[in-house]
Amino acid sequence: MQFFLVMLVLCGATALMASPLIWRSGAAGGKGAEEAALEAAKEAKFREIRDAEHDLRTGKLSREDHQVLDAALRAEAIDLLRRLDAVRGGPAAT
Amino acid sequence: MTLGRACLFLALAIAPTGAIASLYGARAHRRDWVAVGRRSVYALAAVLTVAFIVLEAAFLRSDFSFRVVASHSSHATPPFYKAAAMWSSQEGSLLLWVWLLSLWSSLVLFLTRHRLRELAPYATAVLLGFATFFGALVVFLANPFQLLDPAPADGVGLQPLLRHPSMMIHPPMLYSGYTLFTIPFAFAVAALIARRTDAAWIRATRRFGLAAWCFLGIGILLGARWSWSELGWGGYWAWDPVENAALMPWLVGTAYLHSFMVQEKRGLLKAWNVSLVLGAGILAILGTFLVRSGILESIHAFGGSTLGKPFLGFIAVLVIGSVALVASRRDELRSPEARSYATLSRESIFLVNNLLLVGLCFVIFWGTFFPLISEAVTGNKASVGPPWFDRYTVPLAIALVFMAGLGPLMAWRKTTLAGARRSLQAPVTVALLVVVALLALGVPGRLPALALLAGTAFAIASVVQELWRGVALRRATTGEAPPAALVSVVRQNRRRYGGYVVHAGIALLFMGVAASSAFQHVRDARLVPGQTARIGGYDVRYVRATSRVAPEKVTLGAVLDVSRNGKHVTTVRTSRGYYPSTDPTAGPVGRYFDGDATTEVGLQAGLRRDIWTAVQPDIGAMQRMIDGIDRRFPLAQGDTQGFLLTAVAQRYAAAPPPAVFRLIVSPLVEWIWLGGIVLALGGLIAIWPPPAARRRRAPASSWAARLGRELSGA
Amino acid sequence: MDPGKKRRARLRVALAAAVILAAALAYTSFGAASEARTPGQLMSSAKAGRSYQLTGKVMPGYRLRGDELDFRVRDRNGRASVPVRYTGAIPDPFRAGREVLVTVRRNKGGTFVGEHDSLITKCPSKFSAAKGT
Repeated sequence: MQFFLVMLVLCGATALMASPLIWRSGAAGGKGAEEAALEAAKEAKFREIRDAEHDLRTGKLSREDHQVLDAALRAEAIDLLRRLDAVRGGPAAT
Repeated sequence: MTLGRACLFLALAIAPTGAIASLYGARAHRRDWVAVGRRSVYALAAVLTVAFIVLEAAFLRSDFSFRVVASHSSHATPPFYKAAAMWSSQEGSLLLWVWLLSLWSSLVLFLTRHRLRELAPYATAVLLGFATFFGALVVFLANPFQLLDPAPADGVGLQPLLRHPSMMIHPPMLYSGYTLFTIPFAFAVAALIARRTDAAWIRATRRFGLAAWCFLGIGILLGARWSWSELGWGGYWAWDPVENAALMPWLVGTAYLHSFMVQEKRGLLKAWNVSLVLGAGILAILGTFLVRSGILESIHAFGGSTLGKPFLGFIAVLVIGSVALVASRRDELRSPEARSYATLSRESIFLVNNLLLVGLCFVIFWGTFFPLISEAVTGNKASVGPPWFDRYTVPLAIALVFMAGLGPLMAWRKTTLAGARRSLQAPVTVALLVVVALLALGVPGRLPALALLAGTAFAIASVVQELWRGVALRRATTGEAPPAALVSVVRQNRRRYGGYVVHAGIALLFMGVAASSAFQHVRDARLVPGQTARIGGYDVRYVRATSRVAPEKVTLGAVLDVSRNGKHVTTVRTSRGYYPSTDPTAGPVGRYFDGDATTEVGLQAGLRRDIWTAVQPDIGAMQRMIDGIDRRFPLAQGDTQGFLLTAVAQRYAAAPPPAVFRLIVSPLVEWIWLGGIVLALGGLIAIWPPPAARRRRAPASSWAARLGRELSGA
Repeated sequence: MDPGKKRRARLRVALAAAVILAAALAYTSFGAASEARTPGQLMSSAKAGRSYQLTGKVMPGYRLRGDELDFRVRDRNGRASVPVRYTGAIPDPFRAGREVLVTVRRNKGGTFVGEHDSLITKCPSKFSAAKGT
C-alpha cells in the first residue's frame, strides 16, 4: 500500500515537472522585463498624479506647486505610455 | 512512515533539479526549462504537503512509532494540542518551515507566471535553493520520520507551558512571516542578477512583503500575549533573543515597505531598497536559526547544536553573496538622475523613519549578539539586560511614533510651509492637550512615558484628521453619508488608507506599551487565606486555597477577591499546575513537585486596566509530608498514587501554608492587542487586491485625453 | 545647492549619526554588561558588594521556603557551583537542569544573594531539542 502511494507521488511529481518539455506550448505569452518595468513605472506615475491631486485638495500642496508638479508628472506619464505602446508594438495613438 | 520519508527525499531531489532547470532555462533562453523550474516548485509544494499530512496524521492518531510523536505528544494530550505539538518539535517545525516556503513560493510564481520573464527563473532558483537547504536539514539532521522500535505505550506529552491556544497559530504565523520574507529576497537577487533594478520586481512582490510583515507582526504579538497571560512572570516583552529574532526582520521590513514607495515614485534609493530587502531576508533566516537551532537555550555555547554549523555556513553564504551582488551591480543601482527631495516632504520623513528603524534594528542586533561580540573582543561572555535595550529603544520608539504621525501629513515631493502648518495644527493641539490632561490628572510625570503618550496621541489625531479630510472631500463631490463615504474613500486608495490604519494601530499599541510599562503597579505579597494586600487602589483578598488532581498534573491554587473602596470588582482564580518529572528515582508523589510547573494566571482584563495575579504555593512547607509519603509508599502506582496525591492536595486546600502572590495592576495593556488587531486590519486593507483594472485599448484622440481616461479608469 | 551635493551632505550626516550610534552602543554595552560570570569564575574572582550576572544550570535539589528560593548554579560544562538565595518571581520553566541567568551579589557568608526579580530562564519553545533530559 505504502509502496503504491510512494510510486504515485513519484510519478505525479515527475510528470508535473517534465510536462513543459513534453507538451511544448507554442504560445509565446508573457511580458518582457521592459514592459513590466514600464507598467510598474506607469502605475506609480498614475498613483503619483492622483496623490498630488489629493495633496492639493487636502491642502498640503499649494495651487502653484501643484500646477507645476502636475504638468511635469503628466508629461512623464505620457512619455511612459508612448514607450509602453512602442514596446507592445500596439497601435500608437497620434 | 515510508511515504513521509520518501516524500522528503523526493523533495530534496526536486528542489535542486528545479533550481538547475531554471538557471539553465534563464541562461539558454529556453522557456520550457524555465517552466520546468516553476513546476518543480509546484511539485515540491505537493510532495511536502503529503509529508506534512502524514506527520500531522501521526500526531493526531498518537502513533508513537514516530520518534517525534512519542517525544512531543501523549494519549492524555488534548486533540487540539496534539495537532499543535507538531511544531513544538525541532523536526516538525523545520518541516513546517519548508512546507510554508514551498506554498508561498508556488503562489508567487503562479501569480507572476506571465510576467517578469527575465526575473522569475532566477527567483525560482533562489527559492529552490532555500528549499534545498532546509530540505537537507530536515532529511539529514532533523528527520521527523524517525522510527522508534518498539513503539512506546505512551508519549512524553507536550511541554505544559506550550499549552495555550495562541501556541496553535503563533508558530505558523511567525514561520509564514519568515518564509514570506524570502520571496522579496529571491526577487531582489533575481533583479540584481538580471540587472533589472527598476520597480517591476518591487511591484510584483510588494504584497508578499506586506503579508510577511503582517504575519510576523501578528506572530510577535501572539507571542507577547502568550507571555502575558500564560507565563508567571507578569510581562509581555523581555528582550529575549527569540523575541528579538522575530523583531529584527520585522523592523527592516517596516523600513522597506516605506522606502519602496520612494523608489516606485521617484526612482530613488534603489541600492538602499535592495539592501533592505536582502537584509530582511537574511534576518528572517537568522531568526529561524536563532529560534530553531537550539543555540538560544545556551546562547553562550555557540555552535554546539547539530544545526548550528550548517546554518552559520548558509547565513555566511547569504551575507557574502548579497554584499558581492550589490557591490557588483552598483552602477545599475545608481539613481538615474541627480534628483533630490525637499526637506519638508513625505520622502524625507520616510528617509528619517528608515534611518530610525534600521538604527533600532542595529541596536537590537548588537544587544542580541552581544555575548558573541564581547567574547570575540574580550574573551569574556557577557550579556546586556532589558535596561540597556530600553536606553536606546525608548528614544528611538518615541521618534518613530512621531514620524508615524508626521508622515501622513506631508505631501510627496514638496509640502508648502503654510500647508504643513495647517495640517499640524490639530494633531499638535491634541498631543499637547493629552500631556496637559495627564499632568492635571496627577499622573506621575515620567518624561519618556509622557513623550510616548503624546506621540501616540499625535499619530492617532493625524490619522483621524487625514481620514476625515478624505471623507469630507468625498462628501463634497458625491454627497454620500459619512460611513459610505469612508468606505468608498478607503476603497479608492487601499494602500494609502490601509497604511494610515496601520499607523493608528501602531499608535494604539505604543499607547498600551507606554502606559503599562510606566504606570503599572507590581507587588509580591505573602498571604494566608483571609489576608488582604493593597495594590494600585485595589484590595486583593486571599479567599481560600484550591486543589485538584488530574492524571497528568496536580493543581494548587487560590481564589482571590478583588475590590475597590469596599466595592466588589471581580473574583479571580490563579493556580500552579505541577507535572510529574520523568526522573525514575523520584518518589510517586515527590516527582510531581520536581518536574515542570506552570502558572495559571488569574487575569481580569479590561480596557482601562488588567488585574493580573499569579500564585506561588509554598511547596517547601509541604515537603516533609511529601517526603514522608514517598518513604512509606515508594512504589505506589495507579489508584494508590492517585489516592496519595489527592490526600496531599486536600491537605493543601484545608490547611494552606502562606502562599506568595504576584499582583499586577497594569493600565491599558489590552490596547496592545487591540492595536495589533487594528494593525492587522490595516495590513489587510493594504494587501487586498484592487478591483481588476479595466483594460481600455481604444485609440485616443490625444495623449492627454488617453492619460486622463486611463487615470480615471485604472 | 545642487542636488548631488545636497545628497552627499545628507549621506555624510547619516553616516556620522550611524558611527556615533555604533560607538555609543559599543561603549555602553561593554560598560553595562561586564559582569557576566559562570559559577567557576565567580568563585575565584567575585568581590563582595559588586553585582554579577550569573549564568549556568540549576542543580537538582533546590528548595522553596516561603518566598525564598535556595538553589545552586553549576557551570554548564564544569563542576564548580555556587549557592544562590533568591526572592522574587520564579519563572515557570525554572527547574533542575535548566539554564538560568540571575543577577547576584556576594554576601559575607559566601552565598550569593540574587537581586529581586532578576531570575530569567530561556523561552520554553527551545526546550524541545533537549527533551527527555
